[in-house]
Amino acid sequence: MIEIEHLTLGIRGTPILDDVSLRIEQGEIFGLVGESGSGKSMTALSVMGLLPRGATISGAARLDDVDLLALREHDLRRIRGNDIGMIFQEPMTALNPVQTIGDQVAETLLIHDAADRVEARRIARDRLDRVGLSHIGLDRYPHELSGGQRQRVCIAAAIALHPRLLIADEPTTALDVTTQAQILDLLKGIVAEENMALLLITHDLAVVSDMADRIAVMQNGMIVEQGDTAQVLRDQVHPYTSALFAASAHQPDRTEPTRSNAILSLRDVHRHYPGPRQGFARGEPVRAVDGVSFELQRGESLGLVGESGCGKSTLTRAILGLDPVTSGRICLNGAEISPAMPRARRAQMQVVFQDPYGSFNPRWRVDRIIAEPYFLLDAPPRGIDRDDAIARALEAVRLSPGDALKYPHEFSGGQRQRIAIARALITRPDLLVLDEAVSALDVSVRAQILDLLADLQTEFGLSYLFISHDLTVVRAITDRVLVMQAGRIVEQGETEAVFTAPQHPYTQSLLAAAPRLPDDIGERYDALV
Amino acid sequence: MTRYLLVRALSLSLSLIVASVVIFAVIEVIPGDPAAFMLGLNATDESIANLRAELGLGGSLTERYANWITGMLRGDFGTSYTYRVPVAELILDRIWVSLPLAIFALILSTLIAIPVGVIAAATRGGAGDFSIMGATQLGIAVPNFWFAMLLVLLFAVTLQWFSAGGFPGWDNPAAALKALTLPAIALALPQASILARVMRSALIETLDQDYIRTARAKGLSRSQAIRRHALKNALIPVLTIIGLQFSFLLAGAIIIENVFFLPGLGRLIFQGITQRDLVVVESVTMLLVFAVIVVTFLVDIAYAIVDPRLRRR
Repeated sequence: MIEIEHLTLGIRGTPILDDVSLRIEQGEIFGLVGESGSGKSMTALSVMGLLPRGATISGAARLDDVDLLALREHDLRRIRGNDIGMIFQEPMTALNPVQTIGDQVAETLLIHDAADRVEARRIARDRLDRVGLSHIGLDRYPHELSGGQRQRVCIAAAIALHPRLLIADEPTTALDVTTQAQILDLLKGIVAEENMALLLITHDLAVVSDMADRIAVMQNGMIVEQGDTAQVLRDQVHPYTSALFAASAHQPDRTEPTRSNAILSLRDVHRHYPGPRQGFARGEPVRAVDGVSFELQRGESLGLVGESGCGKSTLTRAILGLDPVTSGRICLNGAEISPAMPRARRAQMQVVFQDPYGSFNPRWRVDRIIAEPYFLLDAPPRGIDRDDAIARALEAVRLSPGDALKYPHEFSGGQRQRIAIARALITRPDLLVLDEAVSALDVSVRAQILDLLADLQTEFGLSYLFISHDLTVVRAITDRVLVMQAGRIVEQGETEAVFTAPQHPYTQSLLAAAPRLPDDIGERYDALV
Repeated sequence: MTRYLLVRALSLSLSLIVASVVIFAVIEVIPGDPAAFMLGLNATDESIANLRAELGLGGSLTERYANWITGMLRGDFGTSYTYRVPVAELILDRIWVSLPLAIFALILSTLIAIPVGVIAAATRGGAGDFSIMGATQLGIAVPNFWFAMLLVLLFAVTLQWFSAGGFPGWDNPAAALKALTLPAIALALPQASILARVMRSALIETLDQDYIRTARAKGLSRSQAIRRHALKNALIPVLTIIGLQFSFLLAGAIIIENVFFLPGLGRLIFQGITQRDLVVVESVTMLLVFAVIVVTFLVDIAYAIVDPRLRRR
């Protein structure tokens, strides 16, 4: 039905795609897998004719017998939204914030003159019902909806005209696991019902292995391997494919921790926010953290998992001493944590966030970035001692001391995360809080950072509090895990025990929702090593 | 929404009170006797004492402040020392020139700026954008009185389409509007240049948003995406600037009013200052503060109309 042949693309002289060929049949789910920058999204945008300016393209992209690449903008517009629908990664920003969702779904119909205003609204209602939003009014605005609901609105708008091909570009990457499972289910159902084709673009092998009939693996603008999903998963002919699979299921080598006394302890911690406004009064206070107690042993790696809105960010801020608690006690090495605590206490605990680039001042050199936590110390090293410490921190994260003189933009995402870890290590803390620290990284880079974290833990005797929504990663790097739901810890225990035999229904549903690679892939990797 | 408006209204009345205290303090409390200041160096003690009595400078500070405020609330702004007429009358005469002029200029500036800014953003990096950016740069750099003189030379002296100055009053609305046209254009051009640039950059930022990509994927053309999705989202910073510009236009037209011999508020306050008529200065300043605050409130309402996310607050 859609056939891409020898697609080659460059943008202002930079080669982006190189001889990409693939074929998607009607009613088929085709998975396009690869790491960031591999050209997956550009392949999709080429088909849509929505490439950025300065793009030069050759080859063909045939929808039935029409070559989309040869069409003029005017004709392409009739195809977009009509024959080919598309949804994107970030549902939070993919909808116009000042227009109602009903109007945004109806717009697809109106723009193609497929219905009059009244009829378009009726169809919009019908499509929103189909994507599971029958309880949401047409006159609601995007900000009143959750991320999963917004992605459903995007899907409703994309399928309003029953397109033959739906392109979904990382449709669930920004969503929680249970929401992700629901959205993937919905897409699967729609594909079967409408007999349309789905091009599913993702970096997550587990997602495609569950969903796709056939997959293609992309690397550096080329398709290195494609075929039936089961076959590609089984054979992994191309070394990159097997490397990708290995990295996805990567288990860093960790030494069993020698646990001793508690380094961090929380006792009945509450954090309440004023309730939503109701006229001039306030509703019930929001219990973001509702009675959390746990201990983190020295040398241990403790995971904290939960979906967005469960209170883990609020809890993290309280643990870092950035926000006060409503009641309860948080102690680090026996001393109480609060926003007013002495700076030296903060030096014992450092944090690594998800997006290192956002937490670096782009005009600072790496040495200054890394040495910044020194302001927490009463007598920070100066001169040659300072330079030494910076060099050692860089070496600890496997960067070179010479990198101290560069700026953040000169590094890749993985290297920046290494710099963030170096910054966290400079004050020789006891506890490292890793807040979604590897969530934004590609699988191969993520595997390297996980290895690094495992090594550093042994080398420096660090304790980790590892906060993540990604269950696979938590399983790989932690000894014990806490599962948080609605402000409470609903289950805790040894990581393996919790993952193999979850007790609480919420943990069970989380694990059931998480997309998984077929079991033997991890074993195959272990056998290889 | 009601709550949002009430909170805005409350904060604006607070600013009004603070502003009145500051104006009062600056003029009445800062060293030196207002009466002596108004009469200059050669005044006799007797005349100063007379003026003090006339200005009501006898009572305590709080008493005088209370008198001033309650007077204004009743519409009694005091009597001008130089003109010997109630200040309220002076203001009323001139506001009928300044307010229409400001509104006229603002409408012109908005009508020019929004399409120009949109064209510049839509042709970003192209010839249209380049020339618009050049022209607006010029519009910002060149002072408005110079524009005013050019306009007079061209349209009044050479073409004789308009008179070079003066104001015939509102008895004949067409003639009054005609007299305000050249000043309004002179005021509007620099404002439009700024506004067009704000519109352009706000729109360019909006065009990079994900929902524009979604709209294109639905089959909208670039210009449809701009009209239906980008424009309304880009309007917030533009509204802010429009609010600021109105306040400026109301009081900041002093030079233009002088070039065109218009009896406006700008000239009144200028004369008040040169003639040391503190009653006039004080009252007109307070009035302008009031106008600015009302406009700010209107802009806040406009925000809520444009952006549904604000209505919930």
